[in-house]
Amino acid sequence: MLNYTVRRLAQLLLVVAALSVLLFAWLRSLPGGPVSALLGDRATAETRRQLEIALGLDQPIYVQYVRFLGRAVTGDFGVSTGVQPGDTALSIFVQRFPATVELAILALLLAVAAGIPLGYLAARRRGGWLDNAGVAGSLVGVAVPVFFLAFLLKFAFAVQLGWLPTSGRQTAGIDATRVTGFFVLDGMLTREWDAAGDALQHLVLPALALSSIPFAVVFRITRGAVLDVLDEDYVRTAYAKGLTDRVIRGRHVLRNAMLPVVTTIGLQTGALLSGAVLTERVFALQGVGQALARGFELRDYAVLQIVIIAAAIVYVFVNLLVDLSYAVIDPRVRT
Amino acid sequence: MTRSRQTRLRQLTALAAVAAVSLSACAASGRDGEGGAAGDGQRGGTLTFGAAGAPDLFDPFYASDGETFRVSRQIFEGLVGFEPGTAELGPELATGWSSSADGLTWTFPLRRGVKFHDGTDFNADAVCSNFQRMFNQTGAGQNPALSYYWSENFGGFADGVEPSLYDSCTAANPATAVIKLTRVTGKFPALLALPSFSMQSPAALEQHDANNVQAQGDGFSYPAYAREHPTGTGPFRFVGYDEANGTIELARFDGYRGETSKLDRLIFRIIPDETARRQALQAGEIDGYDLPNPADWQTLRDDGFNLRVRDPFNVLYLGITQKNNPALTDLRVRQALAYALDRETLVSSALPDGAEVAKEFYPDTVPGYTEDVQEYPHDPERARQLLAEAGQPNLTVNFYWPTEVSRPYMPDPQSIFGAIREDLEAAGVTVNPVSKPWNGGYLDDVDNARADLFLLGWTGDYNSPDNFIGTFFGSTDSRFWTQASPWGQQLGTELQAADSEVDEQTRIGMYEELNRKLMAEYLPAVPISHSPPAIVVSEDVQGLVPSPLTAEEFGPVSISG
Repeated sequence: MLNYTVRRLAQLLLVVAALSVLLFAWLRSLPGGPVSALLGDRATAETRRQLEIALGLDQPIYVQYVRFLGRAVTGDFGVSTGVQPGDTALSIFVQRFPATVELAILALLLAVAAGIPLGYLAARRRGGWLDNAGVAGSLVGVAVPVFFLAFLLKFAFAVQLGWLPTSGRQTAGIDATRVTGFFVLDGMLTREWDAAGDALQHLVLPALALSSIPFAVVFRITRGAVLDVLDEDYVRTAYAKGLTDRVIRGRHVLRNAMLPVVTTIGLQTGALLSGAVLTERVFALQGVGQALARGFELRDYAVLQIVIIAAAIVYVFVNLLVDLSYAVIDPRVRT
Repeated sequence: MTRSRQTRLRQLTALAAVAAVSLSACAASGRDGEGGAAGDGQRGGTLTFGAAGAPDLFDPFYASDGETFRVSRQIFEGLVGFEPGTAELGPELATGWSSSADGLTWTFPLRRGVKFHDGTDFNADAVCSNFQRMFNQTGAGQNPALSYYWSENFGGFADGVEPSLYDSCTAANPATAVIKLTRVTGKFPALLALPSFSMQSPAALEQHDANNVQAQGDGFSYPAYAREHPTGTGPFRFVGYDEANGTIELARFDGYRGETSKLDRLIFRIIPDETARRQALQAGEIDGYDLPNPADWQTLRDDGFNLRVRDPFNVLYLGITQKNNPALTDLRVRQALAYALDRETLVSSALPDGAEVAKEFYPDTVPGYTEDVQEYPHDPERARQLLAEAGQPNLTVNFYWPTEVSRPYMPDPQSIFGAIREDLEAAGVTVNPVSKPWNGGYLDDVDNARADLFLLGWTGDYNSPDNFIGTFFGSTDSRFWTQASPWGQQLGTELQAADSEVDEQTRIGMYEELNRKLMAEYLPAVPISHSPPAIVVSEDVQGLVPSPLTAEEFGPVSISG
């Protein structure tokens, strides 16, 4: 297991190295650049040239990359030119990552909390109303674009009913102590329960919207996996042995059906990150998704580089954890 | 029911109860701090204003973006400012101004007893310290990406590499500052109303290392002053920027020189998406926002919001680049393009209520405007005739238009482009459309004179003709590439001469003549429209005076109920 983990981490380093080269070259081959964002529509061709020279953007891409690497090894990943000019890309990432993680975790929790039990129940009562409703609901979850669902939820529950906030991470001007950057956690750590509740309240609608696709996928995979396992000989044998329904369900059915479900949850990390770009935009959440969208709009190279590379690292890590979890769920994998 | 089932049921019930209690607690707590919660109605309370983006920084000298200036205007004041609701110059920290006969020496009597937010005195020494600070910039501080407005208006710095408009500043006495210029310009002292030239506390500037801007990687890093310690004399003082939550908080400055702010706190909340800003207003989370989409104006009015339409102080034009298409150096061809456009229909169909067809390159509130210019009514036949006379009956142009942008003068570039394209094609011009994202190649191509035709515009910084036509056509290698025409250099010289004229009436006459020539003899672009941008606030907000320069001040604003 240790060798396997080390091998996967080495692969991760290779992925990051290759990605950084490709990303660097690709971003700089896009039309436009940070000069437009820095100077706006009031610049002349001459001031553009001056700025490009001052920032070294007139140099060949490989020279720029070598300079970038030289700085990166000292922990300097560049400075934002658009998302928050003057801030280091690293500080922007560190500041915004908790917002996205809070959102993704809550969305995933909602998806898993609803998707697994409903998928299981739908499989056990195949063809029943719950099964039919669940299948239909999961189809809608996959088919409706996240941003559209986000708009609908927001319009209904925030604008019309006023039950939940329309945007932001916390009410403007709230007296809240920042500790970790995870607002809900910070509120709990500092016992500022109103701040924690306020942050949680701001997360509900975005997390619901973001959970739609993972919920649909988890539901369908759980349902399919449970149906497969229910048809297995060892389940019939277990019933024949007279084991209780609870034991069969826990020890044989759910445990064996969980492998594809856990794999799916890992793969959903990517979907959550891409969904966060749209969800954060709709709900004005200051997360990395919004930084990514704004970074593209403003050609903020430094922010784009760090966010995309970090997203790749997170994706690979989560899937590594998923692989490692197989061993816990299925003893056969340990051998 | 087995014991284990009972236990699980109890656990689930407890969990649901905890969740319900927490959510209701959240709901209650959330309401407590909502934007717009008022103190005692007319005085007190917090106003939360939706901002479209984050300010670049809080030191206005290094800024040129609207979001920085919106915040800066509440924290800082200049020697001069704009009269509320107009683009007219008025006193601010100076009680007035006068110039010597040669127009080179300007005397500013100052208000007495004014304090910066850090408690230090505002006086003539502080004025000169500010000007010396701006003039003595070195390294990255001289880069136009940072000191854009200084470079654009004053030119060079103390190192003398480029000539500078600024010569010196002297404190004649604590209440009188004297500024000397190296040449005469009609835009002085109006340019001092720009937020970039606001007065900042010399003590705070020094204490927080304000000049320490550095080029780093692909961008610039800013010192602590610009991020955490902006210190001015304005009605609000800076409290903090919560980047993680996207909010900037200001508080009333109790030592303000005049009537102190009615609001206790002013919060700018960053909501990049325009629809999200509207919904936040409708939900009562913010109390106002700028530049609502014209398509939403009526809905907002119907919903009871106070939508205020500003006087237009901008221009949208059809840019013509003479560099790549030789046909465009012929005046008849450029006039044909002007005749081809149905600007009346364009203004009524693609621009907001209150937009006007532009007769020239700036609105009628700017000195030198004249009705007596050649006009180009919609006349496709005349356009065809001119093209034929010029030997260009089959003119083909690359027409650039931007995506991913909305500007006060150009709310929906696609619909504007579509209308103009139809007009041009109806006059026999073949249009090759080229669309690019605003920051993704459009500005780059336009500024480097790669387009034949393009859509662009300008919102005035202050009330001076030079801020419009001097900026557009002063240089011959600009996006219009007027050096391709024999009059290009002459136009630059004429603009310089008008700007350098000491006598105001003579100067205005020179600009009127320039406007006549621009429209009849040069026509380097085709002015299209002046559009009024709007600002919207809830009905609880009183005292907001819309500014044509989008320079609203929140000091006199109050919020009730």
